Amino acid sequence: MTETSLSAPTLRVDGVCKTFSGHKAVDDVSFSLNAGERVAMLGHNGAGKTTLFKIVLGFLKRDHGDVAVMGAAPGSHDARVGTAYLPESVAFPASLTGKEVLTFYARLKGESPARALPLLERVGLAEAAKRRVGTYSKGMRQRLGLAQALVGRPRLILLDEPTTGLDPISRQTVYELIGEIAGQGTTVLLSSHALTELEARTDRILILSKGRLVADDVLSRLRAQAGLPIRLKVWTRPEDLAHVSESLGGGQMNGRSVEFNCNADDKVKALSAISALGNLVEDVDVHAPSLDDVYRYFSSTAGKEA
Amino acid sequence: MFSRILTVAGQEIRIGIRNRWILLAAMILAVFSLALALLGSAPAGTLGVDRLTITIASLASLSVYLVPLIALLLAFDAICGEIERGTLLMTLSCPISRVEFLIGKAVGHTLVLAFALVVGYGLTAGLLVAAGFGSLSGLADFARLIATSILLGVCFLATGYVLSSLTRQSRTAAAASVAVWLMLVVLYDLALLGALVANPSGVFASDVFPYAILLNPADAFRLFNLAALGASDLVGGMAGVADTLPFDPLLALGSLAAFAGLAMAGSALLIKRIAP
Repeated sequence: MTETSLSAPTLRVDGVCKTFSGHKAVDDVSFSLNAGERVAMLGHNGAGKTTLFKIVLGFLKRDHGDVAVMGAAPGSHDARVGTAYLPESVAFPASLTGKEVLTFYARLKGESPARALPLLERVGLAEAAKRRVGTYSKGMRQRLGLAQALVGRPRLILLDEPTTGLDPISRQTVYELIGEIAGQGTTVLLSSHALTELEARTDRILILSKGRLVADDVLSRLRAQAGLPIRLKVWTRPEDLAHVSESLGGGQMNGRSVEFNCNADDKVKALSAISALGNLVEDVDVHAPSLDDVYRYFSSTAGKEA
Repeated sequence: MFSRILTVAGQEIRIGIRNRWILLAAMILAVFSLALALLGSAPAGTLGVDRLTITIASLASLSVYLVPLIALLLAFDAICGEIERGTLLMTLSCPISRVEFLIGKAVGHTLVLAFALVVGYGLTAGLLVAAGFGSLSGLADFARLIATSILLGVCFLATGYVLSSLTRQSRTAAAASVAVWLMLVVLYDLALLGALVANPSGVFASDVFPYAILLNPADAFRLFNLAALGASDLVGGMAGVADTLPFDPLLALGSLAAFAGLAMAGSALLIKRIAP
């Protein structure tokens, strides 16, 4: 492997546009992913995530722009050898066993089944390997799909909503696996709706809105960029409500509590003001903007601009 | 390339065994052919013709109906069904070309069909020979019947793939398959017969009709088998045309092969255009 291919991005998407009968599904999207990155692509239903995936895989032709998968054209043999894909919903042949399904995909990818089968153990399906896929739960089928994507150590893995419909423990397994394979230098691009679970598990976040890429950064910087306020809720006795509200510089009163916003920079100042109130305060809730809020901010600003 | 084709073919055979498709098809063919052999040939017992030959003639007519049906049932789901289930996206994201995928499916389905035919018809042939009704030449006729039935099956498998890549839903493909079966196997013959009865001595009867038979794989199959048996005088009906044809019956075999090749090429072109 040459020096350039190591430093070159695993996936480069440059100004890609795709229009379906007058509707712009993907509009001038550019980004690039490097080796070992875990990147989450967020977007509402119909934002263009799956369309973009299909363009990267070469199933759909782009109208404009350029895509390079490890330097090769999307859908070319070289690109497919290094890429793995897990579609949003897959129904494997119900009459085959998990082991047979994995063997099938290993053979297609030119990997020896003997080397691929330990993957079943890694996704926690070792015991179910000889059972028919028809008897699998949704989580087990999704994990089988993930095992399929890991066959042959691809350099780029595209996962379309890999955790939809999974229980919290299965989700955790999925993210642990993603972390593990990214640690080996594989680039993982996943799309998701479940935003909060992504917070600690991705390196970078792309937000698509109406086919346009409206954000591309690490979460902490996106949060700062959005400048979303921290929401503080101070619980007190009803008779002290007015006094507390006044000394905290106003705020919305709801019976037993006062709510107000403050900037991230003023958080400590606000908290010390609250503690200065002493025993007037019964409790304090601090609500930092979650990924959901950040996501809503970016997709709604994009909506206003459009 | 071959390993990928064999992988796809192997999976089709495995699925055929698992969901008992192979068993069902073999049983249908065995039951119908046994019924024809035991009941249908009883009146011909005094003619002094090899009973196996008579049975083969009736089996050729049976194949015309059953083999296209079984082939279409195997094939209609091959592409649109995989699109619906999402497996086509996953399979084609692997380094396998679409044509390799299609050929793999065709090889797998052909082997499933061949197995069902060999077991189903073989059972009947074995019984007849064991009962002392058959001769060695009769067995050769049997082998020809099975081989041409497989070729007929490939014609309709490929037709099924064409329908499957033209539609995005397997229900639509199933409906289209039934329509094609009805048209090529039942209505085509009726229409030809009707035209022939309406004008038995015109240009149609002499110049159009023989070639119209050649164009339809089901008719070409029947024509070739009955002509090869020399049994047209025994069986009568449409088979009687074999003697008055303006061409060699081998041409019918060529027409079958050409139909299979063209339909496979057509489905290969169509599958390349699919966005799964």
